[in-house]
Amino acid sequence: MKTETLTLNINGERRELRDVDPSTPLLWVLRDTLGLTGTKFGCGMAMCGACTVHVDGRATRSCVTPVSSVKDAQVTSIEGLSENGDHPVQLAWKAHNVPQCGYCQVGQIMNAAAFLAQNPEPTDADIERNMAGNICRCGTYQRIRAAIHTAAKEGK
Amino acid sequence: MSTVEPGTQTSIEWQPRVSRRGFLAGLAAGSLILAGRASGLSVLSREAAATLAFEPDLFVSIAPDGVVSILAHRSEMGTGIRTSLPMVVADELGADWDRVVIHQAIGDARLGSQNTDGSRSVRQFFQRMLTAGATARTLLERAAAQTWGVEASACQGGGHRVTGPDGQQLGYGDLVGLAQKLPVPAAEELDYRAPETRRLIGHPIPQTDLDAMVTGRATFGLDARRDDQVFAMIERSPVLGGQVKSFDDAATRAIAGVIDVIELPGFEGAPGFQALGGIAVIANSTWSALSGRRALKIEWTESEHQGYDSAAFATELKAAAKESGTVWRNEGDALTTLQAADQTDVFAADYYAPLLAHASMEPPCALAMVHKDAEGQRTSVEVWAPTQNPQAAQAQLAGTLGLDAEQIIVNVTLLGGGFGRKSKPDYIVEAALLADKLDRPVHVTWTREDDIRHDYYHTVAAVHVEAAVDENGMPTAWLQRSAYPTISSTFVLGLDQASAGEMDMGATNLPYAVPNLRVESGPAKNHVRIGWMRSVAHVYHAFAACSFPDELAHRAGRDPFEYLMALYGPARHLKFEGVEYSNDGETLEMYPFDIGRLRHVAERAAKLAGWGRELPKGRALGIACHRSFLSYCATVVEVEVTKDGKLSIPEVFSVIDAGTIVNPDRVHAQMEGAAVFGATLAVHGEITAKNGVIQQSNFHNFQMARMTDAPRKITVEIVDSTELPGGVGEVGVPPFAPALCNAIFAATGKRIRELPLKNQDLSW
Repeated sequence: MKTETLTLNINGERRELRDVDPSTPLLWVLRDTLGLTGTKFGCGMAMCGACTVHVDGRATRSCVTPVSSVKDAQVTSIEGLSENGDHPVQLAWKAHNVPQCGYCQVGQIMNAAAFLAQNPEPTDADIERNMAGNICRCGTYQRIRAAIHTAAKEGK
Repeated sequence: MSTVEPGTQTSIEWQPRVSRRGFLAGLAAGSLILAGRASGLSVLSREAAATLAFEPDLFVSIAPDGVVSILAHRSEMGTGIRTSLPMVVADELGADWDRVVIHQAIGDARLGSQNTDGSRSVRQFFQRMLTAGATARTLLERAAAQTWGVEASACQGGGHRVTGPDGQQLGYGDLVGLAQKLPVPAAEELDYRAPETRRLIGHPIPQTDLDAMVTGRATFGLDARRDDQVFAMIERSPVLGGQVKSFDDAATRAIAGVIDVIELPGFEGAPGFQALGGIAVIANSTWSALSGRRALKIEWTESEHQGYDSAAFATELKAAAKESGTVWRNEGDALTTLQAADQTDVFAADYYAPLLAHASMEPPCALAMVHKDAEGQRTSVEVWAPTQNPQAAQAQLAGTLGLDAEQIIVNVTLLGGGFGRKSKPDYIVEAALLADKLDRPVHVTWTREDDIRHDYYHTVAAVHVEAAVDENGMPTAWLQRSAYPTISSTFVLGLDQASAGEMDMGATNLPYAVPNLRVESGPAKNHVRIGWMRSVAHVYHAFAACSFPDELAHRAGRDPFEYLMALYGPARHLKFEGVEYSNDGETLEMYPFDIGRLRHVAERAAKLAGWGRELPKGRALGIACHRSFLSYCATVVEVEVTKDGKLSIPEVFSVIDAGTIVNPDRVHAQMEGAAVFGATLAVHGEITAKNGVIQQSNFHNFQMARMTDAPRKITVEIVDSTELPGGVGEVGVPPFAPALCNAIFAATGKRIRELPLKNQDLSW
């Protein structure tokens, strides 16, 4: 297997990655190499959304995104979404006490934040369509939907 | 309130190190450490701490600055228990919630059971937590009384301070020095707050880890990190019990980052909590371990389960459920009544529900390190794991590695879902076995495929029900027979009969007023590891027991809700005379089987849902009620089924009576989640096997309810009650599937007796 040295723009910082297999999914680079463990593993095939990060502002499943494909992009993980956990989506998540186990919520929040940036006044149907890729086994969907509406209002 | 959070992204010092010693050592000097007062040495030495009695105040300490530390000893997997039990301590103590710090306990038998399942944390520890809080408050009140020279009975703790008879006040922190020197009050000297004066219990409190969860700082088992750790992936036999016959790891070892390949022996005898065995690939990253595992060539031996085919097995199981078997309850003479009845008044139905996987969002994973002395002898094992049962992990690791349970330190991280899967510590054993071989910390992660193909499955079940009815359509005889592989078969080879504990979950304790009632179970062999999943046997028993009355009601031309009320009969406590019935381990005196409470939740749910309202064809309501884990729950599901059979669930109405509850917001959350969990299992859930191999592997073929098909709105009411606390986490699940299928019948005329619905044609 060939390895190379790559530079990643992550949360506003440039990080050099040595001896990395360029096909390594971004998820494992974040978690195992950079110690950014906020991003979660759920399925490894872009079926559950637990690993969602932003690549140039777009919600991206990091578990199927080769790290080499994002070397020229701006990557944001949950650790870089806000300085103090005060992104409107995070605040709305707290206001509605959304999480149960909490594991999928980082991916839900990252997906919602990217989606709201594109669609600041979503309907229920918009929310359902855009959040359908994110599984919550605990079943917090009702509160997620409510929190996204709150974030939309507060984010204006 | 706050929690001790990780200092950096990669540290998990906060949760793990809280051994009893760590808990004590981590507190400010001079803290009021109630249990530690017996011996100051306990702060210094683990051995001395181990000799302390299990005192009722082990869970709380107060520092001179007034910070109250509370030990959370049950595992947090999403129920909010890490918040709820500390709330009870803090409320009784009269502590300000924002001056409380919550520490997670390691596995330690002195804390009592830490086996976080069976929806029993609040039930079993509510009083225990009150005692901890009251003990600490009493000592502080006595210290204040002594300071002021007044009667202790005139001093009252609350608001984080003690107030004396003349309005004088001293903060809790200021009283620590003196309180520490006083003798611990005996249980009978304690007095408790009147429930109406409680400020936390019964009030919605945001969960402890909310900030950490929305910022990615929450530390799950997957996030456990130690210096010098390596990552492991294990390839396990596709058929239960297969052994490695031969393997070729040449390609694996050529992959960058791969450090080693290690064979783990298969389990011996019944699988129990043993590691499954297989070939482990050790690497410097998860990705290298995965890539290395993919390159392995392994040949497996044949196993006795090679011939397991779930379709053929379903046929056998359905036949077994029709045969007479072990009798669990027999009142009157159901068999004769059924035989003697006019056969046009006898009605039978067969229900079936398949194997299910837990599929917690965080798959099984664990980090382990093994400490050895200069001679290479193991001295202790330390693990960090998302476990529901740290003491079971201690016992299993101790047995596997030849150590005492006290030498096994199990640090409990947050759990990314559990649902019963993480009660079984097999994955922790895997990590420890590898750490022992490699002499460095090893983190084992299961992929989703590993999780779905090698689960401790929720069992497949067939239930046959037969009733003879009178002129009003009410049953005069009821015969119910179940057949399913038992959980016990995972622990003892050859068991093929349902256990009393499983039958007690919704079969033996059928709540209907029928003069001739007989409950039996038939034989069934296991071919996979059978485990317990959220609500366990209640799921399939309630599916039958709550569907059949709906069938009988329609058959009699009666309203299903009105019929159900008639079937329950008058409010009363069921006696179960001559019946072996465990009642979740509680006496019927303390926790009666109360038909009045069951009727009440049913009536409330019907009212909440607007039962009887006019709906267009294709849209309808269905109701089901069930007592489980000593609580009562009624669910009305509203469905919409299009003419071509597309199902949606616009609204669910649930009422729960769980007796005294601690945190209503988390009770709401559990009930909301139960509806989604119920929708997943009813609509999508199905694990199948061919040639002994599980056919599903990931979320594309083992689907979860998503925001698009989960119930769109879930409305929950909690019965205001001062009864003893019952369960919450699992109680909402059992009535969901039958309520849903009853609604589908009302909407479409199609009776669903086999789950999941994805296999059924609902068009009308």
